[in-house]
Amino acid sequence: MKPVLDLDTSVVRKARALARKAGQPVVRLATSHTTVSVERATLRLAGLAGADHERVPWVNHLVDQVRDQVGLEHGVTTPVFDALRRGEAEDLLTLAQKASSGSVSFRLPEGREGTRAQAVARREVARGIRTIDRQRAARERLIKRHGDPRQRPWIYLIVATGDIYEDIPQAQAAAREGADVIAVIRSTGQSLLDYVPEGATREGYAGTYATQENFRLMRAALDETSKELGRYIRLTNYASGLCMPEIATLAGLERLDMMLNDSMYGILFRDINPIRTFVDQRFSRQIHARAGIIINTGEDNYLTTADAVEAAHTVTVSQLLNEYFAKEAGLEDWQLGLGHAFEINPDLPDSFRMELAHALLARQLFPDAPLKWMPPTKHMTGDVFRGYLLDGFFNLVGAMTGQGILLVGMMTEAVVTPFLSDRDLALQNVRYVMNAAGGLTEDFHPPRDGFIQTRARQVLSEAVDLLDAIVHDSDAEGDPPLLAAIADGTFGLMKRPPGAGKGLDGVVRRAPGYDNPATTLLETGETK
Amino acid sequence: MSAKAATAQPDIIRPYGDTTGDGMVQMSFTLPIPHDKRAEGAALQLAAKMGLEPALLVHAKAMGPDFTFFVVYGSVHHLVDLRQVEVVEREFPLLSPKEVNSAIKSRLRRKLVVVGACIGTDAHTVGIDAILNIKGFAGEKGLEYYREIKVVNLGAQVLVPELVARARAEKADAVMVSQVVTQKDAHIHNTTTMSAAFREAYPAGKVPLLVVGGPRFEEGSAQRLGVDRIFGRGTTPGEVASYLVHALATPKEVHP
Repeated sequence: MKPVLDLDTSVVRKARALARKAGQPVVRLATSHTTVSVERATLRLAGLAGADHERVPWVNHLVDQVRDQVGLEHGVTTPVFDALRRGEAEDLLTLAQKASSGSVSFRLPEGREGTRAQAVARREVARGIRTIDRQRAARERLIKRHGDPRQRPWIYLIVATGDIYEDIPQAQAAAREGADVIAVIRSTGQSLLDYVPEGATREGYAGTYATQENFRLMRAALDETSKELGRYIRLTNYASGLCMPEIATLAGLERLDMMLNDSMYGILFRDINPIRTFVDQRFSRQIHARAGIIINTGEDNYLTTADAVEAAHTVTVSQLLNEYFAKEAGLEDWQLGLGHAFEINPDLPDSFRMELAHALLARQLFPDAPLKWMPPTKHMTGDVFRGYLLDGFFNLVGAMTGQGILLVGMMTEAVVTPFLSDRDLALQNVRYVMNAAGGLTEDFHPPRDGFIQTRARQVLSEAVDLLDAIVHDSDAEGDPPLLAAIADGTFGLMKRPPGAGKGLDGVVRRAPGYDNPATTLLETGETK
Repeated sequence: MSAKAATAQPDIIRPYGDTTGDGMVQMSFTLPIPHDKRAEGAALQLAAKMGLEPALLVHAKAMGPDFTFFVVYGSVHHLVDLRQVEVVEREFPLLSPKEVNSAIKSRLRRKLVVVGACIGTDAHTVGIDAILNIKGFAGEKGLEYYREIKVVNLGAQVLVPELVARARAEKADAVMVSQVVTQKDAHIHNTTTMSAAFREAYPAGKVPLLVVGGPRFEEGSAQRLGVDRIFGRGTTPGEVASYLVHALATPKEVHP
């Protein structure tokens, strides 16, 4: 889509420069720490899976044991593979099982012993990385064979029954009805679990647990459906919460195609410790980059918690930060499903014009990113007729502004989990609008200095001001300015200091000589 | 309602389409059968059984091979007797976040402090987080979202003495405890332990408002457990906030 807003390119450059300036110290922080979940993810890449009879994963046992005995500041793999070399157990699984009963003593090998342990660790972790590479190649092959959706935006639908075996037929039905992307919503509260549940699960609350087996089952089912429909159906889940790196890893191993992965969502909306989040996020994004996964960011949340007009610029700021962190971690433009949403109060005059302005601003700032356009939720009242109209206008903005991924709005939002008929009606709504107005991107050029252009410029300039305030923020502890800004409530009303929040006890400062073969392989792109 | 309408209203009414007494309603539903003549007959049969007579099938559409969606209009022959309508009133009015904030601001003249936790061995913070975290629940933002409420969420597996100490340090107006695990009546035991500890630690009449939430508490057992209010499954943050205002920031005597 050609640029239709006359944005001052120097202002755009300034906004990106400020985002970089805000992000860089946080990246330094991320590269000088590790977390229990990063270490567990690394063990998963080395092939450790499964859980004990109480469903505590073996990766948790092993990381906890190593941490208790020698600490994690040198990385979990060196002491683990040293123990295997010393013959403490014949393989990783047995080692984890023995360690969980306290019968393995770990040490930090030095000199040549250390180098050897690290070489073995690298060899084993590389197997996992190569599985991810193979899955990426398999996806590319299947897309070539079955094809991409014929239209943009891709149509994104949610299923969430709590039972993977119910989800599967629903997801397949949704794909037959026209969905291009299926998202399986996670069970409430999974983001705060410090372990990844195991196996196929049939009980979830308002969603289905993200587990490796659930991922595998759903991907296999959608592969069948892709074949049947002659269109590759993408699968989405959530790399967020305390196990972000592990879930990203499982997604890579099981060929999920998109992952929700926001740089600050967990901090602001789930009260997860900021440092934990940024460390976990960088690792998970490196995995996503490698796996060819498209990330979806969560800017819609800023609009549901604050006024969508007043807070419009916070979306832009978050998109710019997400873009910086994503690219730093190796993601490419086509992998950035930056989020934004249709959440302006429909009772406001010109609400639709403002929505258009905001959507165009995002489109033009990130021309090569498949933006994710999110439907109204806050002003869906239960009046399903009005809601259906609102969703139609949401679809119209999506069509007129060339969005990449369109999350289908349900008229029963905030009423019930969608009926079969709600989904069908919602898809009819999308199809009608795309069919009737999809070509409007050609004709629609808001006049120079008209309402839409002026509004877009205003939002951009407010975003620059906010970024400027962020990079000049500070706190008594001398934390990176972005952390100070998060701590003093710059984002919405939430104050999240770096020394508080869930998962803080799982953060470890790296010692000199810290070794993580996964990080090395992800950063160098090597396969061995 | 105006006085005129009130006096004019009959006790027996029917739905209103475009003429008084026509009884017209519309409804939509899905039947799990393929769309054909039989399906349309089935839809009309359902309408008749629901009291729509005559019913007009205005729309029928296949949704995939196994389902059909219908829209039916018709005159419902049921009568509504307004004298038999029973209304169960909530003991407090439901307020919007704005109303909650302004009530606290004008009546308390300071922020209302809420300290929340999961106590005992219960690690299920889903409930307390749904009510307290800004993310909220059921489309409503959590108490953190309210400008005039200060939320201190201690998280899971908090010991009762720790909760009491923190409540005192924060000068809590309300203490909120979530209990999901019910094995061996742990939720009952934990709650009574908690309420006893607060009564011991505070002078009489100064105990903060004790609020407990969880899916398995009996309604009406608040007094027995020594707490002020119990909230069950499906409670939204807005209801809790409205209750807090009702209990803590409402003038006790109302002069008409």
